[in-house]
Amino acid sequence: MLYFSKLRIIFITLFSVLFILIASSNLFKFDDNFFDKKINLGLDLQGGSYLLLEIDNEPVIEQKLQNLTTTIRNYFKEKNIKINNIKIDNQNIFFNVTDNDKQSVLDVFQDENSDLNPYYPRFKSHQLEIEDTGLNLKVNFSRQGLIKLKTSSQDQAIEIVRRRVDEVGTNEPNILKRGNNRILVELPGLDDPMRIKSLLGKTANLTFRFVTNDENDRFGVEKLKFENGLEEATVSKRIIISGENLLDAQPKMDTQANQTIVSFTLDRVGAKRFGKATSTGIGKQLAIVLDGKIISAPVVRDTIASGSGQISGGFTFQTATDLALLLRSGALPAPLEIIEERTVGPDLGQDSINAGMIALAIGFMLVIIFMFVKYKIFGLITNVTLIVNLFILLGVLTLFEATLTLPGIAGIILTVGMAVDANVLIFERIKEELKDENNNILAFDGGYTKSRTAILDANITTLLAAIILFFMGSGPVKGFAVTLGVGIFTTLFSVYFIARLFTSIYVSRNKDKEKLI
Amino acid sequence: MIAFNKYYNHFNLLSSVLIVVSLLLLIFKGLNFGIDFKGGTLIELRASDSKINVSSLRDRFNQMDLGDVSVKKFGNDTDFLVKFENKDNKKNIIEEIKTNLDKSFGNNYDFRRVENVGPKVSAELLKSGVIAISLSLALMLIYIWIRFEWQFSLGAILALFHDVIVTLGVFSIFSLEINLSIIAAVLTIVGYSMNDTVVIFDRVRENLRKYSDIKIFELTNISINETLSRTIITSATTLLALLAIYFFGGEILKGFSLAMILGVVFGTYSSIYIANTVLVRLRVSQKTVLREEEDKK
Repeated sequence: MLYFSKLRIIFITLFSVLFILIASSNLFKFDDNFFDKKINLGLDLQGGSYLLLEIDNEPVIEQKLQNLTTTIRNYFKEKNIKINNIKIDNQNIFFNVTDNDKQSVLDVFQDENSDLNPYYPRFKSHQLEIEDTGLNLKVNFSRQGLIKLKTSSQDQAIEIVRRRVDEVGTNEPNILKRGNNRILVELPGLDDPMRIKSLLGKTANLTFRFVTNDENDRFGVEKLKFENGLEEATVSKRIIISGENLLDAQPKMDTQANQTIVSFTLDRVGAKRFGKATSTGIGKQLAIVLDGKIISAPVVRDTIASGSGQISGGFTFQTATDLALLLRSGALPAPLEIIEERTVGPDLGQDSINAGMIALAIGFMLVIIFMFVKYKIFGLITNVTLIVNLFILLGVLTLFEATLTLPGIAGIILTVGMAVDANVLIFERIKEELKDENNNILAFDGGYTKSRTAILDANITTLLAAIILFFMGSGPVKGFAVTLGVGIFTTLFSVYFIARLFTSIYVSRNKDKEKLI
Repeated sequence: MIAFNKYYNHFNLLSSVLIVVSLLLLIFKGLNFGIDFKGGTLIELRASDSKINVSSLRDRFNQMDLGDVSVKKFGNDTDFLVKFENKDNKKNIIEEIKTNLDKSFGNNYDFRRVENVGPKVSAELLKSGVIAISLSLALMLIYIWIRFEWQFSLGAILALFHDVIVTLGVFSIFSLEINLSIIAAVLTIVGYSMNDTVVIFDRVRENLRKYSDIKIFELTNISINETLSRTIITSATTLLALLAIYFFGGEILKGFSLAMILGVVFGTYSSIYIANTVLVRLRVSQKTVLREEEDKK
């Protein structure tokens, strides 16, 4: 166990030096792109905001079912099958058909080539399930159908979230999917997430609809509140133009009325519709509705054919900017709810870094002093190893651009404390061997060999704990698992290569000395 | 040589009492779950005005109708930790609180940290925490079962349960907060306690093979003594590192490092006084080790 070939010595030296260099790259700024990897600081250390958003898919499902009733009715109308009493209840569509038609309706739904009910061969499932309850037919989304629906609304939502966050212009946001109905947003360096939170909390569903007094409007009507929550107006359900028709939106100052407005430009289809509606609707009130609330309802005075217009509604410059931003980035397919938020201010982050570093330095010193007092020259060897170990650990973290969190720093300190265990096991074993072995070399060799299983066992158990933590933990705790886990490997390397190399050099030079350890 | 085995019975009794008391505490007093597992909102606040203190903050927050509010000093005199349920999961709660505090304290305070965990997320976090701890115990069981004979596995697992339960018991009796990092600490304790036990067991097994005439009661004592200096040194360096975190690592890591310190102390104790006594009570002998080895062949 004590013999090292030249090649191996060179390898160990190069490896250690390489990682020490990599680790120290965190301290310097390299101008070229030769090596630009760095340890990332977690949000708890650099400050920032962590938001977990959940998509509320209920309205999407309701809307889809609503559309489906029309589709089903029209589809069977073409086939001369009469659908009766179609209604939605608790996310199910119910309808009646005559007994003669029942089988053919069921067949349509179960046909793998049906264009009414798409079939997913990969999952061997249709989008919709149909069931004959005896009284009527019941249609609802299959498990796969629901999953498809959720992932597609998640895909749309993450795109919109990304646009909104980018528009605000924070540095290096991290936006990720979680499961099939959640979105994780990490905003490093953001001190106050208030604005982003309020931007993400809005669906931004914009519609232009006429105010009407005709309760029997062909498209139906609904009573909507104004943004101030005081007044109400009856608005037709017929949508003239919606947010999808917008090409651009910008906050502007209307110098004539001396107020902030949002000016918008419409696409071709929107411009045409807007022109037509304003020409026929002169004198009527056109309500501008955002997320079910009326922003304002100006009276149409003239035909607007230019395809551009403006929204006024008592905005401050900030609210106008935000509204323009929301309109530019588009509407979310479904409302988002912030179900978890963690924000750390940058000064607390810096305090945590300082505290962590002080604790690391003090912990390190204490362990080093303890080991030196206890083992003298071998304590020194352990200590040198410990320092190299620390650098290799930091080097590995840098190489993988791992994220360092506050618990992660704790993991490093703990690694320092536990890393000496392997050396202690070896040295104690050597002491025992020396009791009935006079040959130093043989005793040291025996000490290394016989302590090996205990060391492996000990490290594997800690590694198991770290692995579970890595997969089950989140955020900061994951950082702890990473440093603890990586620390085990670097410790084993430094104990079995570096410390052993030093030990072998020392022992072979002093092989005749008594009481070597 | 220290006669550890003289006190096997005494400490077994003590441990049994500790476990029973801890379990009773866990059942009747329960644990003080933080917002990670209970849901709610946490605000760490730093004041630059001496008018802002625990009682004035408590007054302010109680007027805001937030449910149960707890206000505590956090580290030094200018830092405070405010926690409340946020039952209705109000959206703009932080904004509202800021406007409200501005009225009384002006700009003389700063939110250093805000955490808001919804009820759904906290339930999930609790579930995954429980799964993580159970999974780690199961994995340790499997590992030790592959490496050692079943008597050893039983001893190691009993020692593990002892450490986890008693540590949680201490957290219960002092109403210390259980949050995500405590779960991490408990898992590390599991790893450490196992580590400590395995080192002694390794020696016990080695000695069982070596000496056929020494009874397990004596043999465990010999093994404990042979590995004693290692046990002490490793515990000492680990404790030194943990104490450094506890005293210098900042307020946020206090609970975490305290749990680990307790775990290391209990883990070291249980390796000696629980794991080994199980071997004694199960009358492990040289035959146990040799028979198992023949089976494996």
